Amino acid sequence: MADTVVAHGADHGAHHTTTGLSNNKLGMWVFLGSECLLFGGLISTYMLYRGRANAGPQPDQIYDIPFTSVSSFVLLMSSLTMVLAVSAANRKDDRNTNLWLTVTAVLGATFVGGQVYEFTAFYREGLGFTTSLFGSSFYTLTGFHGVHVTVGIIMLMALVGMVRRNRIPGSKAETVELVGLYWHFVDIIWIVIFTLVYLIPS
Amino acid sequence: MAIIERPSTEIAVAGGATVGVKPSEALGVFKRPAASNSWRDWIVTVDHKKLGIMYGVAAFAFFIIGGVEALLIRLQLMGPDGKVLSADQYNQMFTMHATTMVFLFVMPMVSAFANYFIPLQIGARDVAFPRINAFGFWCWLFGGIFLNTSWFLGGAADGGWFMYAPNSSTLFSPSHGVDFWVLGLQITGIASLTGAINLIVTVLNMRAPGMKLMRMPIFTWMALVVQFLLLFAMPVITVALFLLSFQRTFDATFFDVAAGADPLLWQHLFWIFGHPEVYILILPSFGIVSEVIPVFSKKPLFGYPIVAMSGAAIGFVGWGVWAHHMFASGLGPVSVAVFSMATMAIAVPTGVKIVNWVMTMWGGKLKFSVAMLFAIGLVVQFTIGGLSGVTHSVAPSDTQQTDTYYIVAHFHYVLFGGAIFGLFAGFYYWWPKMFRKQLNEGLGQWNFWLMVIGMNMTFGPMHILGLQGQPRRMGVWTEARAGEGFFNIGFWNMIASIGSLILAVGVLLFIINIVYTHKSKRVPIAPLDPWDARSLEWMTSSPPAEHNFDAIPAINHLDEFFHRKYAEDPTTHEIKQVATAEEVLADMNAHPDEHIHMPSRSYWPILVALALPIICYGLIYNRLLMAVGAAFLLLTMFGWAMEPSTAPDDDFDPPAPSEGGGHTKELAPLG
Repeated sequence: MADTVVAHGADHGAHHTTTGLSNNKLGMWVFLGSECLLFGGLISTYMLYRGRANAGPQPDQIYDIPFTSVSSFVLLMSSLTMVLAVSAANRKDDRNTNLWLTVTAVLGATFVGGQVYEFTAFYREGLGFTTSLFGSSFYTLTGFHGVHVTVGIIMLMALVGMVRRNRIPGSKAETVELVGLYWHFVDIIWIVIFTLVYLIPS
Repeated sequence: MAIIERPSTEIAVAGGATVGVKPSEALGVFKRPAASNSWRDWIVTVDHKKLGIMYGVAAFAFFIIGGVEALLIRLQLMGPDGKVLSADQYNQMFTMHATTMVFLFVMPMVSAFANYFIPLQIGARDVAFPRINAFGFWCWLFGGIFLNTSWFLGGAADGGWFMYAPNSSTLFSPSHGVDFWVLGLQITGIASLTGAINLIVTVLNMRAPGMKLMRMPIFTWMALVVQFLLLFAMPVITVALFLLSFQRTFDATFFDVAAGADPLLWQHLFWIFGHPEVYILILPSFGIVSEVIPVFSKKPLFGYPIVAMSGAAIGFVGWGVWAHHMFASGLGPVSVAVFSMATMAIAVPTGVKIVNWVMTMWGGKLKFSVAMLFAIGLVVQFTIGGLSGVTHSVAPSDTQQTDTYYIVAHFHYVLFGGAIFGLFAGFYYWWPKMFRKQLNEGLGQWNFWLMVIGMNMTFGPMHILGLQGQPRRMGVWTEARAGEGFFNIGFWNMIASIGSLILAVGVLLFIINIVYTHKSKRVPIAPLDPWDARSLEWMTSSPPAEHNFDAIPAINHLDEFFHRKYAEDPTTHEIKQVATAEEVLADMNAHPDEHIHMPSRSYWPILVALALPIICYGLIYNRLLMAVGAAFLLLTMFGWAMEPSTAPDDDFDPPAPSEGGGHTKELAPLG
């Protein structure tokens, strides 16, 4: 088991803390608080510019709501599988932890793939990054979200590798849970983006 | 270098694990560096005190650079038809002066104090994330150097420190200066963000037993509020900088008026960051004087909870006043009224603090040490700056003052007279704690008075210049239009320029004082508790050992150290000294903690941080270099993640624990 390597190292997470939350978990929550403002700024920029397309297609001309709904559904389902992975990790069930982490990563990758497809389709329909304010702000906002999902996928795959090699020091379940927090955050942000960007007509 | 517990190599944990896995071999690619006394130790250190000193030294170097830029500006404006700088150089000079002072001096100097003293003040041995802490320092340093290399690579940024769009576009600022500015601030922004997360978790999670929030020293309180401001303000400027760099690098249209853009978006994003930033700069200094004034008044801080909560209130209301920077931009009457009111409201908690400091001094046994003088200097000069600030909340008046020297006068009174005076109070107050030597009080008096006189001569006349209509960023003025008599702007510009030279001499004296204090053999070792201080950072050796406290103290009072030294006589109700600082320390250290373990040093923070400027140079000059930087970043992050949890065995001395204890040993005092 990975527990063998636990010496008295930099693993402060296992120590008693004032709040009772481990440093790592509190740090992740604090970081996510900061991320809210990052997306807040990007979403505000998009909302300001959403109707402004002097050139190129307008939003309602190119959005493919059914397609994006399906990829949103895929992303939301990945939150469910993430919960299952955290639950399995808490039970110290390596096999199922790995299974659900992998499924989560695949679902996330499907979403990113859908986004790449969508960007390509929009570009073909004449909406480039520099075409209009709508184009610039749309690609920036959804692009930032896509990068966040991609980073999440990398973290999930790293977790899979680490669980497989028993390489997660300290509390394994908590490391999975931290990635889970990040993953759920990215999903929640997508709910906001999907509603504001796609569903509410400009 | 520290008391370090030798890692046990024979843990047999529940689950029937195999034995004999050495921690340094179980994980990772490279060993962690061992402790040493050479300069290499500073490169790989994760000790919050060393990082604090490194922040301080580097920030002071940038203070000198920013100061020289300011002197060049003043020389240019000293007489009519100034020829010291060309118009282009002048634009770069005021942009980089402000950027340097804000992002590369005051903010990191605050980080220096916060890093050094927050763990000491809350009774912690370290910060929550030591490697991330080190990463933050290197990130900031490389970002600052990156930003300043633009001077030699075709010119620095020239759009003013708030870099209004569309003036910042490639059309109006074709050199790479703005690109350097944008990317440099992104890198330092990462440092601020990681620093904020680290210190917030440290304060919330790592307090000594009994150290409730309402027992924390005010400096820690103010630094905590500031970290929250940073946490929420940095992502907003990050977004703004991304938009600008996408526009300049990839031709996005965010601020392109021809495409229908609204350049006010930049102003909103910038000031939503920028106004909290103002409090990020000043609140730590409020915290420092709230430590200094009670100590030199021999009284507890008047209204401690009010001071703490008014700081928090400033932190909240600070988010609702940003548009007072934009009254002249045509926001509309409702917005202007709302932001006017909010701006007046935020003066209240600030005024509350001033009252508390004055009431702390009232009836106290004042000792006018240099630290105290600087603290009083802050109270007086910040009040002047605060009053001119309140005049800005009156929108009709502000519309007249916008972009005049009146604004320059105002923010230099609050930032130089306030923030920087607070930092100097901190230097003099905490110097014996950090370096075992007291800065010379005589030189310090000269240092203080020259700075007060210089600062008021420099920035006082700017009120008059501004009300006379001298524009904020005017590079040249002519005799023909200088005006007559008392309001002749030539006269007041001359006074301001002379004042700036006096100010420079004052700062120079501080450097001389440092050199004298540490070179002269006549300066004795400072006593353990030179000021009869009140808070926890004085309840350990000077300078503190790497693990800060031999025994983590249990906290029963606000001003714990004071309560251990003094007690009330039950019959006469007089406060009497019952123990000296040495006795308190000896008492505390009679039962040192066993099993102290400190984090091991690491190569990775500096390496990961080094990748960032490489990427940024690549973004400006060569996409291939960017790819190299990105690959380097990924590799170093991998190395970081895979790093062993402790240093190799030879870092631990003695090599093996002898029977019967011997788990801890001090290798060498931190020098």
